[in-house]
Formats: sequence, C-alpha cells, structure tokens
Amino acid sequence: MKFTGALLAIALAGAVGCGAAPARAQKQITGAGSTFVYPVLSQWSATYAQQGSVQVNYQSIGSGGGIAQIKAGTVDFGATDMPLPPQDLAAAGLAQFPVVIGADVPVVNLPGVKPGDLKLTGPLLADIFLGKVKVWNDPAIAAANPDLRLPATRITVVHRSDGSGTTFIWANYLSKVSAEWRDRVGEGTSVAWPTGIGGKGNEGVAAYVQRIQGAIGYVEYAYVMQNKMTWTQVQNAAGAFVAPNKQSFQAAAASADWSKAPDFYLVLTNAPGEAAFPIAGSTSILMHRQPKDAARTRETLGFFHWALEKGQAAADALDYIPLPAAVVQQIEAYWQANIRTQ
Amino acid sequence: MSFAVQGRFTAAGRGVPRAREAAADGAFRAAAVAAALLVLVLLGLVAASMLWGGLPALRSFGLRFLYGTEWDPVAKRFAALVPIYGTLVTAAIAMLIAVPVSFGIAVFLTEVAPAWMRGPVGAAIELLAGVPSIIYGMWGLFVFVPFMADHVDPWIDATLGGLPGVGALFSGPPMGIGMLTAGIILAIMVIPFISAVMRDVFALVPPPLRESAFALGATRWEVVRRVMLPYTRSAVVGGIFLGLGRALGETMAVTFVLGNSHDFNISLLAPGNSIAAAIANEFTEADSDLYRSSLMALGFLLFVVTFLVLAAARLLLLRLARQAGR
Repeated sequence: MKFTGALLAIALAGAVGCGAAPARAQKQITGAGSTFVYPVLSQWSATYAQQGSVQVNYQSIGSGGGIAQIKAGTVDFGATDMPLPPQDLAAAGLAQFPVVIGADVPVVNLPGVKPGDLKLTGPLLADIFLGKVKVWNDPAIAAANPDLRLPATRITVVHRSDGSGTTFIWANYLSKVSAEWRDRVGEGTSVAWPTGIGGKGNEGVAAYVQRIQGAIGYVEYAYVMQNKMTWTQVQNAAGAFVAPNKQSFQAAAASADWSKAPDFYLVLTNAPGEAAFPIAGSTSILMHRQPKDAARTRETLGFFHWALEKGQAAADALDYIPLPAAVVQQIEAYWQANIRTQ
Repeated sequence: MSFAVQGRFTAAGRGVPRAREAAADGAFRAAAVAAALLVLVLLGLVAASMLWGGLPALRSFGLRFLYGTEWDPVAKRFAALVPIYGTLVTAAIAMLIAVPVSFGIAVFLTEVAPAWMRGPVGAAIELLAGVPSIIYGMWGLFVFVPFMADHVDPWIDATLGGLPGVGALFSGPPMGIGMLTAGIILAIMVIPFISAVMRDVFALVPPPLRESAFALGATRWEVVRRVMLPYTRSAVVGGIFLGLGRALGETMAVTFVLGNSHDFNISLLAPGNSIAAAIANEFTEADSDLYRSSLMALGFLLFVVTFLVLAAARLLLLRLARQAGR
C-alpha cells in the first residue's frame, strides 16, 4: 500500500514536472550588476518577454558584484556604472558597450532659492566637497551668482554612504575639474570623503538634503524630478551654465567622441559640447568575447539590439536618457567585430 | 505507541520496551547535545571564516587597523576606529535608556497596572518587537530626525555643549543625524525585548514570596527591589544581554540616522559610523580585494567587540552577585 502510494507520488511529481516544462521552454538569459539600470532593464525584460520567447533575469546586486559575476561566468552579462579600462577587459576576455545614460545633479536646500536659481562651477563644487568653502555667502559662490543674496548658512555636504555608480560619476567629474580633488580624494564607487554625512542610496541623500538647511548633495536625475528638489545649474567645459535636462544630457552624449574610445571606455563627465551637462555618465554592459555558449550570447545580443532600437521610449518614460542613434550604430558594429556568436 | 501499550500488559515483553526507552532516551540526549554543539560550531565557523576573509587586511594594516581613523577606498587604506567607536557609543546610549525604561514597563505591568490593562499593553509590546528594523529606520529618518534637529540638538548644544571637558561630547551642528539619535532609535528597538523578558520573569516570582514581603509591611518598591529583583536576577540579566546583543549588531535602523561618516568625531551630535552599518553600506560595491577583506575584518571585529562587551558585563554582574552574597 505504502509502496504503491510512493510510486503514485513519484508518478504525479513527474507528471507535474512534465506539465511545467513546456511553460518554461522560454529561454532564460541572466545578468547581474548595477542597481542604477535595474528599473529600465526590468521594464525592457517584461516587454521583451511578451514579444518573444526570451526571459531576461536581472539581479541588481551592484556594479562590483556584476563585474565579479561576469568574470566568473555565472551570468550572460554584467552591468557596471564604472566602465572598465580596455586592459582590464582584455585580461578578462570581456567586451563592453553602453546602454543608457544617467546624470548626477547637484541639489541644495536653501530657503528662498528655487530650482535652477543657483549657478555653480566645477572647481566650486570641488571646493565645497573638499570642505574648503564652508558657508553659502562665500565670495566664490557670490561671484558666480551676482543676482542672488545667499545667507550665511553653514554648508552641509551630503554624499552617498554606499558604494555607487552615482558616486563614481561625481568623483570622476570633480577629479577632472579640480587637481586638488584628484590628488587628495580621487575617483571610485566609494571614496574617502573629506567632509559631510552619508545617506544610503539616492533616497537617503535626497531625504538628508531636504531635511538639513544649507545642505548640498548629488542625486540621479530621476530623483530630482520625482522629489521636486532644488537643482542647480552647472558650468560646463565650454564655459556655459547648463540646466540638467534630457537635452543637455543627450548633448553630452553626442559631443563625446565614442569612436575614438576603445571598448567604449569613456566617462561622459565634463563633455566638450556647448549645451552639454557636465556631470553625466553611462551604464555599460559587459559580455564575454569568446562565450562558452554562443547561442545564449546570441539571445543576449538580440535583447540588447531590441532594447537599444525599440526600448528607448520606455527608458525615456523612466527618466533615463537614451543613447544617440549614431552611438547605437557604433555599438552594433562593435558587437559584430568583437563578440563571437557562432 | 501501540508497543508501549502491549508492553504494559504482557509481562514477558517487558524487557523490550525498557531497552527501547533507554535507546530513545539516548537518542534524545544525543539530539539535544548536537543542537547545542551546532550553535557553538556555527558560531566558531562564522567567526573563523570572517577572520580568514579579513586576514589580508589585518596583515597589511596590522594593529593600526584597530586605532587608525582613515577609511580610503581609493588609496586602499582602511582602519576601524570610527566604526568601533560608533558601535560602542550607540549601544551604550541605547542601554542607558532602554534598561531603566524596560524595568519600569515590566514593574508597571506586573505590579501596578490594573488587570484589564496588562493583556493589551503586553501584547502591544510584543508587537513592537516584531516590527522590522527598516521601519524604525525610515520613521527615524523622516519623523524623529527632524524633531531632534529642531528641538533636542539645539538645546543640548546650548546647555551642555559649553561645559568644560564633557562639553565636546555634546557640541555640534544641530543636524538631527548622529550617534545620539541612533542610540535613541536603538533604545526604542530593544525596549520590547528587554521588557518582555523582564515582565515574564517578574510574573514567575512565587506569590507567597511577594505576599509575605507585603505582609511584613514592605512597600511596592521594596518588594521589587528586595524580593523580585534578587529572585529573578539571572533572567533579567539575560534579557538585558539579548537587548545589548541586538543593539551592537543592528544595521538598517542605524544606517538611516547615523550619518555614515568615516570622519572621527567624539561628539554624540556628530555623524558617525557603526560596524554593521559600514558593512551593509559598502559590501556590494567593494571593488578591491583589500576593501572586501577590510569589511570582513570589520565583521570579525564585531564578533570580538560583542564578545568582550558581554564578557565584561557578565564579569561585572558576577562581582555584584558576590557582594550581594556577603
């Protein structure tokens, strides 16, 4: 009796297993990495799964984790906010290309100052984040803002407490505009902050800045829009003060010379364009050049091909900045030349 | 079950169930010992693997890892004094507040409160113990931090900040974010644990003991102080340790209100860092081996710190008990 019962149970389990199998015949590709691209990647993957038979399973474990996972070969692609230099890529046998553009926007909390009122230059931002400019009525700030009467409030610097691609873009920009920042602090997904307090995630920084009078911080563009924060204009490499918006981010992406950057190793900060917003960066995808399973790589590239060509409206709706069409073409040529799919 | 019944009724079969019972007894004993050992083994393995992971950092920084204040992921130089200080200070503030308050709650619930109140208030406290720590963190950031920044911090800075010597502990910009706020949030989080344990053990004091004390003319306070506390001391201490352990290791709630700054600042109003918060914040993006190893070493240090604090507390209580025994 018991024996037949057990047999029956096994048979039933088998039947259930077989029944489930056709539903799971959908091909799965997996990726891991940057938390910044997670919202748009999951949106793309949901839409793409409806249209085709490929399911993209993305784990937002952080850029560092994404790099480690793709190097170990446990995922089909990794995503990182900090592009890897070509020699690192070559050592690990990886190819790299950008998928979306993001930007860091300085936000402040000053009574009477409305979004866009305040103008800041790169060196000024570096001096504030170095702790050298301590009050809002500092002559250096006043010089850039002749029309504003700024209070004698103490400046409280707010930065990210967790390692983040947002911090990388910020620190990379400050390193480009300030030699002192480059020598004393440098760039990375987390750095040794000379001053200030750390908020966890964009939401933590946003909350601190909104709470503390005289605070200045940096958050991703989407958070500025969603939380209606007081953003500032920033002077770009061409000397113009620019507001952060999709046009100025795209101008930054368009003015950068991607064709000269091997493996798209290029950080968009301090881009030369007249209308370019200076604190932008891109999230890059990492894939193996000589994959063990070429079929999966084909599926993965198929997904990104669709995302870059058809998914940009969805990215736009989520406040990401799509790549310029010319760059998309360069990426597709790069795939053909560098990634084995047969 | 059916064998036991048979055994009782058939005299000839008596030996078999005896042997079975002995075997079951042995098996139970073995299982209990295994369960107890498992905890020790797990603890040892966790500590060992943290130490193993942290060895590269400990080796390259040496003792400086314990007393240095630098934390520079770019230059790859790490030292742990700031998180160690933050962990100890926030836990100390939490215990300073939580122990007396929990004691008051427990005494109120067992001695003072009318019977109809005990059930609901007790249940409410147990519910508080089940609130996830992220909720305390968010509440702390959005509700409590503004309150501290507007009302408490300025007052502390103005009244205590000017004192000679200890003034340095109480001066700083009124941001609402810092070790004092984190300590208070931690206190709110551990109060349910400590008070629930205290209430349960106070309720276990045999009524004749309490009643005879009352009969001798003791006041309520004297009964609590001279009868209930001595009777329940070890359990009360256990409850306090439970709270202390949680305060030392709490992560999410602390990271929201602590400021997560690696600058060393002695003031309670200044932002700081704690070991658990630093690990939670930085592990995902720790991109160099030395960075990861330093975070592992921090984890190992949390073990050591917790062990030392609990051992010191137990030693202190042992001495107190000896004095009481004389």
